Amino acid sequence: MTQISVTVNGTSRPADVEPRLLLVHFLRGKLALTGTHIGCDTTSCGACTVLLDGTPIKSCTFLTVQADGREITTVEGLAQNGALHPLQEGFKEEHGLQCGFCTPGMLLVSKALLEANPSPSEEEIRWALSGNICRCTGYVNIVKAVQWAAKKIETTPVG
Amino acid sequence: MAVQEEKPGWLGKSVRRIEDDRFIVGRGNYVDDVVLPGMLHMAVLRSPVAHAKINSIDTSRAEALEGVVAVVTGELLAQHNLAWMPTLSGDTQAVLATDKVRMQGQEVACVIAEDAYIAHDALELIEVDYEQLPVITTPQAALEPGAPVIRDDKEGQTDNRIYHWEAGDEQATEQAFAQADRVVSLATHYPRCHPAPLECCGCVADVNPATGKATIWMTSQAPHVHRTVFALVAGLPEQNIQIISPDIGGGFGNKVPVYPGYVVATAASLLIGRPVKWIEDRTGNLISTGFARDFHMEGELALTDEGKMLGLRVRMLSDQGYAYADAQPSKFKAGLFHIVGGSYDLAATHVVTDGAYTNKAPGGVAYRCSFRVTEASFFIERLVQTAAYELGIDPAELRRRNFIRADQFPYTSATGFIYDSGNYEPALDLALEKVGYDELRAEQKRLREEEGRLIGIGLASFTEVVGAGPSKNFDILGLKMFDSAELRVHPTGKAILKLGVKTQGQGHETTFAQIVAHELGIPPQDILVQHGDTDNTPYGLGTYASRSTPTAGAATAVVARKLRDKAREIAAHLLEASPEDLEWDWNRFYVKGSPDQSKTIQEIAFAAYTDLPEGMEHGLEGVNYYDPPNMTYPFGSYAVVVEIDRGTGKWEVRRVVAVDDCGVRINPMIVEGQIMGGLTEGYAMAAMELITFDEDGNCLGSNFVDYLLPSSWETPNFELHETVTPSPHHPIGAKGVGESATVGSPAAFVNAVVDALAHVGVRNFEMPVTPDKVWEKLVEVGLAE
Repeated sequence: MTQISVTVNGTSRPADVEPRLLLVHFLRGKLALTGTHIGCDTTSCGACTVLLDGTPIKSCTFLTVQADGREITTVEGLAQNGALHPLQEGFKEEHGLQCGFCTPGMLLVSKALLEANPSPSEEEIRWALSGNICRCTGYVNIVKAVQWAAKKIETTPVG
Repeated sequence: MAVQEEKPGWLGKSVRRIEDDRFIVGRGNYVDDVVLPGMLHMAVLRSPVAHAKINSIDTSRAEALEGVVAVVTGELLAQHNLAWMPTLSGDTQAVLATDKVRMQGQEVACVIAEDAYIAHDALELIEVDYEQLPVITTPQAALEPGAPVIRDDKEGQTDNRIYHWEAGDEQATEQAFAQADRVVSLATHYPRCHPAPLECCGCVADVNPATGKATIWMTSQAPHVHRTVFALVAGLPEQNIQIISPDIGGGFGNKVPVYPGYVVATAASLLIGRPVKWIEDRTGNLISTGFARDFHMEGELALTDEGKMLGLRVRMLSDQGYAYADAQPSKFKAGLFHIVGGSYDLAATHVVTDGAYTNKAPGGVAYRCSFRVTEASFFIERLVQTAAYELGIDPAELRRRNFIRADQFPYTSATGFIYDSGNYEPALDLALEKVGYDELRAEQKRLREEEGRLIGIGLASFTEVVGAGPSKNFDILGLKMFDSAELRVHPTGKAILKLGVKTQGQGHETTFAQIVAHELGIPPQDILVQHGDTDNTPYGLGTYASRSTPTAGAATAVVARKLRDKAREIAAHLLEASPEDLEWDWNRFYVKGSPDQSKTIQEIAFAAYTDLPEGMEHGLEGVNYYDPPNMTYPFGSYAVVVEIDRGTGKWEVRRVVAVDDCGVRINPMIVEGQIMGGLTEGYAMAAMELITFDEDGNCLGSNFVDYLLPSSWETPNFELHETVTPSPHHPIGAKGVGESATVGSPAAFVNAVVDALAHVGVRNFEMPVTPDKVWEKLVEVGLAE
């Protein structure tokens, strides 16, 4: 067992973990944060995407011990003080989800994109999302959802 | 109530989805999210070889590993008569192998352990002695005289043939061909692909040792059917089996069959007395669960010189894998493939189908497809395109000359389908207009001649047959394919709707609430839609084959109307009027000529529990089991524009114009979402999705690195349009739409690539149309750069 301390969605989560424990299993199994999903086991589909210090990673092929001392954001950490993140609103508004299984990963990749690039082109959005598979929607509405959120963030006064 | 409220008009409104609220915050409840006290974890050992005799299985080292609770083998299951199970098409499939393995990935043993990591560790410690046998990987080889019999476990099975089935009139078709000026033929293979929902299959089985009650959370598109199969397989009394299909991460047909993992986990929970979770990994999903297609098709079209179609002959051979496990109506051995005449007025058609066992995974499930209509539609739309080139008639014009005309509906096809309604020409016209067909043809010619560029325009004018189905023709394992809805309106005017079908992302919690809202005026947000839990929903056959709206959607409308009839009686009592003197207006009854004297559905609901006419039964609830009088026949026309890169063989999609007619649209936003999803999967089949095998039966598409799925990067944009031809027999005129685009679009994509090279005599590309195939063709015809 290895002792680690990870900050998840703003809360420090010290834990003793097996060195081989995958981050996705730590989040889902030990912390009961089941919004992060497992779709392929091979870093291909992105259902397990979380943010590591703000950068998207695929938690199905990332060891929990590698996250020691770092900050993780999962889908459960997106809404703040009960208010949905504009991306969450955008996905509902633009019908950017159907079965919902890929949605957490899509939301987190999009969050990282918009933080780096607040008004991305369609091509930039499609490139950013290209490591995340959706089997239901055909992506068009996901792109629109990200555009919806970008616009909302841009037009919402800060503070 | 002087002010007239705005009538919401719930039909045709893009209500934002009720179910989204939990998914966007990570609060869905998928099977893998279910955690029970004392729960154990199961992992499956799969065969590495495609065909072998099992000489021995040594589980002793696995059993000795700390944390392992049990290792289950076929031998153990056989002691409980559980080593084999029925498939949904009446064949048998091994739960765990006893005598032989018959495909790579077949389930050989299962480890039950305290944690999933330990369970997987223990798999490595099981030793199996396989004695390899000759492998058959094609149905043609399977049917060769003297081929080894794969299913030698089955009494009376002396070869690898599963079925031979014919439809239509052979003699009339031969006569039609005798009169033809031209005969045009096509031979093609719709390759094996996999629905690959993003969530793999799995279950949590909890058999209570004290009560014997088995509660099974399961990735199931058809929970009631699965409950009955469990009762038949395990001999458990059906009232003691509760299947709960919670949120499902996509299905597309993959979650219709019963899989060995479900059965072993349930048996293990029964034997151990603790809950057991089994979550399939992606490789397990791709190599062992229900694949789709794998139809080898060839046929001919008889035509006059003017392009009038006289007759159609089609022969099809399907590769079923080692078990015939299609989930399809028992009467139709090759599903509804005999609708292969598609949108065309054909006086004579003859269809011959055969199915064969091979050493591959069982399935032949419909991947976003109503019982093989996808293969049928692909074949006729490819064949018509070929005929157009051979006759020198524009592909749009050839279709137009042969469409079933609007005044011919209801139309009885040469293979016995009764098309309920259709109007094909306007849909094609709209697609041509939106894509700018005439200008495109001119541009195609100009770019080819002046710049040497290769543009292709592909059309498909498909007709589906969905909504199975009328009980006289449709059953699965004898269970008639009705579906159901139960509606209860509570005293405060809120309601709960319980369905026999089960969403996997189609948005039933919103769409079905809108049907109730349309019929009763209760807003969708006041209606809880419950589905997937067999203890708490009426019996139904489940969600696949675009059947939910045609069947359970109809049941919902009918039961809501039943409640409205009772509401009329209650309103009459409250208004001291005669029921016949009341008029209904979207959410209230009012006295004819006195609109101010009215009672809303909410007021009536309260009275149903508080102030009833004497002698009336309390409550405002009902149930309907809907037996559809006919199938529904959605249709559409798609136009795809591509450009081929002469340097690489890569083809780029420039435009996708899709005109769909699915009858009345309940929620246009959801309908369009379904169409875009289907177009993407149609594109995927045309361009990249392939489950294939080497000669030893090794699956070469066993993970998402090898089995390609389209991402946001290569998926094109879609331009959607509609025509509306209501179903005449559905209570609200809806037809179902979930699969239209996977049925219609693959042919449009392939036709587009072929069209780019039709001028040099190219007539066919086999799917998936990968750049290497196009490149080889470019080299062959001297157009490679």
